[in-house]
Amino acid sequence: MAILVDSGTKVLVQGITGREGAFHAGQMRAYGTKVVAGVTPGKGGGEHDGVPLFDSVAEAVARTGANASAIFVPPPFAADAILESVAAGVPLVACITEGIPILDMVRVARYMKGSGTRLIGPNCPGITTAGQCKIGIMPNMLFSTGNVGLISRSGTLTYEVVDALTRAGLGQTTCIGIGGDPIIGTKHIDALQLFAKDPDTKVTVMIGEIGGSDEEAAAEFLQGSGMKVVGFISGRNAPPGKRMGHAGAIISGSSGTAAGKIAALEKAGVPVAGTLEDIVPLVRRQLAS
Amino acid sequence: MPARILGCVKLYEYQAKEVFASYGLPVPKGEAASTPQQVEEAARRIGGRVVIKAQVHVGGRGKAGGIKLADSPEHARDVAQQMLGSTLKGFVVKYVLVEQALPIDKEYYLSFTLDRDSQNIIGICSAMGGVDIEEVAASHPDKIVRMPVDIAFGPLDFQLREFIGRAGLDGSKSREISAVVKKLYDVYVSTDASLAEINPLVVTADGRVIVADAKFDIDDNALFRQKKLEVYKDASEEDELEAEAHRRGLTYVHLGGSVGIIGNGAGLVMNTLDIVNQAGGKPANFLDIGGGARAEVVRNALDMVLLDKEVKAILINIFGGITRGDEVARGVLEATATLDVRVPIVVRMAGTEAEAGLKLLEGTKLLPAATAVDGARKAVELARSAA
Repeated sequence: MAILVDSGTKVLVQGITGREGAFHAGQMRAYGTKVVAGVTPGKGGGEHDGVPLFDSVAEAVARTGANASAIFVPPPFAADAILESVAAGVPLVACITEGIPILDMVRVARYMKGSGTRLIGPNCPGITTAGQCKIGIMPNMLFSTGNVGLISRSGTLTYEVVDALTRAGLGQTTCIGIGGDPIIGTKHIDALQLFAKDPDTKVTVMIGEIGGSDEEAAAEFLQGSGMKVVGFISGRNAPPGKRMGHAGAIISGSSGTAAGKIAALEKAGVPVAGTLEDIVPLVRRQLAS
Repeated sequence: MPARILGCVKLYEYQAKEVFASYGLPVPKGEAASTPQQVEEAARRIGGRVVIKAQVHVGGRGKAGGIKLADSPEHARDVAQQMLGSTLKGFVVKYVLVEQALPIDKEYYLSFTLDRDSQNIIGICSAMGGVDIEEVAASHPDKIVRMPVDIAFGPLDFQLREFIGRAGLDGSKSREISAVVKKLYDVYVSTDASLAEINPLVVTADGRVIVADAKFDIDDNALFRQKKLEVYKDASEEDELEAEAHRRGLTYVHLGGSVGIIGNGAGLVMNTLDIVNQAGGKPANFLDIGGGARAEVVRNALDMVLLDKEVKAILINIFGGITRGDEVARGVLEATATLDVRVPIVVRMAGTEAEAGLKLLEGTKLLPAATAVDGARKAVELARSAA
């Protein structure tokens, strides 16, 4: 089972002829992902490493039946790329691009209201269902199949945790990097709701960070949900008003602090790991409970 | 609350007012100045009573002595003499704004910012202006009025009437205030702002509506299409080290401790700060070299961290995903061979080719660490014994 993507997912890559897009499309295929189309305006009719190229997303969808898109388009054009996929009715869009202007994302969020598309990201590593399908830039060799789900705002911490889980013999169902921007398509709570319905996912690891109130909203959802979750929050020592690399990782006034998020999760009965090393033992404990 | 959400480019009040004025917002007659002589001349040109305002990025300037009245150009000169070069809440005052003093009747609060939860732009206003809005939100939450704006339409007339009415602003001035709200929204959207704030918006004794103070942050991700505002970028750096890092194209935040930190990925670096703190140390900085870092980036990062004279030890924390451990190790070795490294460097490496990377570091001065926690302990201990 797992969530959102599996071996049947057919992926189109927007920006496949760019440096990042080309490299990661290759990595995705090496993982076994069905990359069925590439979209680069003006290069339709050609092909890239055996993948047919199209001028538009709509055409790629019509011709190949693609049902997911990976976006590797530079920031000034990325919002438009998302909207093109939304307009073409692509059910799942993962936008990897970092550095999209925030008002572009406000417009994207507005345009997407009521649409059937789920957006993951932007500024995210994408989504992987272990052994079946990888969309994005997560390193291929980390994953193993099992029953742990993972949701994370940070790319590298996702890799750290997946690596630790795999080394501990704890395989994964699906790992979603939801992204480090203030406006993202899929928040912690949305991903948790999906994992809640997945019979294969026994425990979900949720990696949050300072800024915003998505972790608090997730905690509210988890209260009494019966879901087995392990939490982790980074940025405990970030000073207010300083942006910690991610555009979304900033404490403003008294809101968005790590302490507030940890307290909210613990209040909802979610054990929160003090360090990354504590995550594996907590996952084991949750699996055994 | 109206937070400085992205805020890499923070404009000073006088810069914010320049931009606001260009969008038709009513600002007082004023000039920025950096010497007492300039202040005196500006005060003479403006005429009458003036207010001298220190240009620093901190709140509560008035209470800290950063806002003073002067009755004559000579008096203005004396005030500026005191203020320029002084330190206000830790920031050196390099510029002051000389402005016509306003006969204040009422002070309101008004801003546009991003509401992350609703993924909308939100307008905020209050009849309790002129004070820290966070405090108002805490003590009088009912005095804060919010207006979610649909970016497809902008603020609608009925919304504006309700916004101003609910906040209890002067009804006889609702037309003027409405115009200010609309123009502030125009500024916000047209300039890719992350915060556009007027505090206070003043109604003067003679019935004028004027922007008395302004705070204005631009989303730096949008600078590629805001060329006119790019000039403000350099001036927005308060911290010398951060300014240097940004010139070098590094994602760096100065934190003031003794353990220099370099890592790949924002989340991982943030987490590294946490474990250094947990180990009893104080991180000197946040520095993210990003994915796929090459030797040159590693060298640049190390050099940057070494510029901070408070740094007594450095912790390099790398998780190799796409980035290969052996490549990073080579980068670190190249860097240490060419740079004058005066402090011990602890390297924690995991993930892709980590073993190969650690092997390369064997027999060098670089100290390997098995885990991030182990590395943090080592680095903290080394920093402490060097202090």
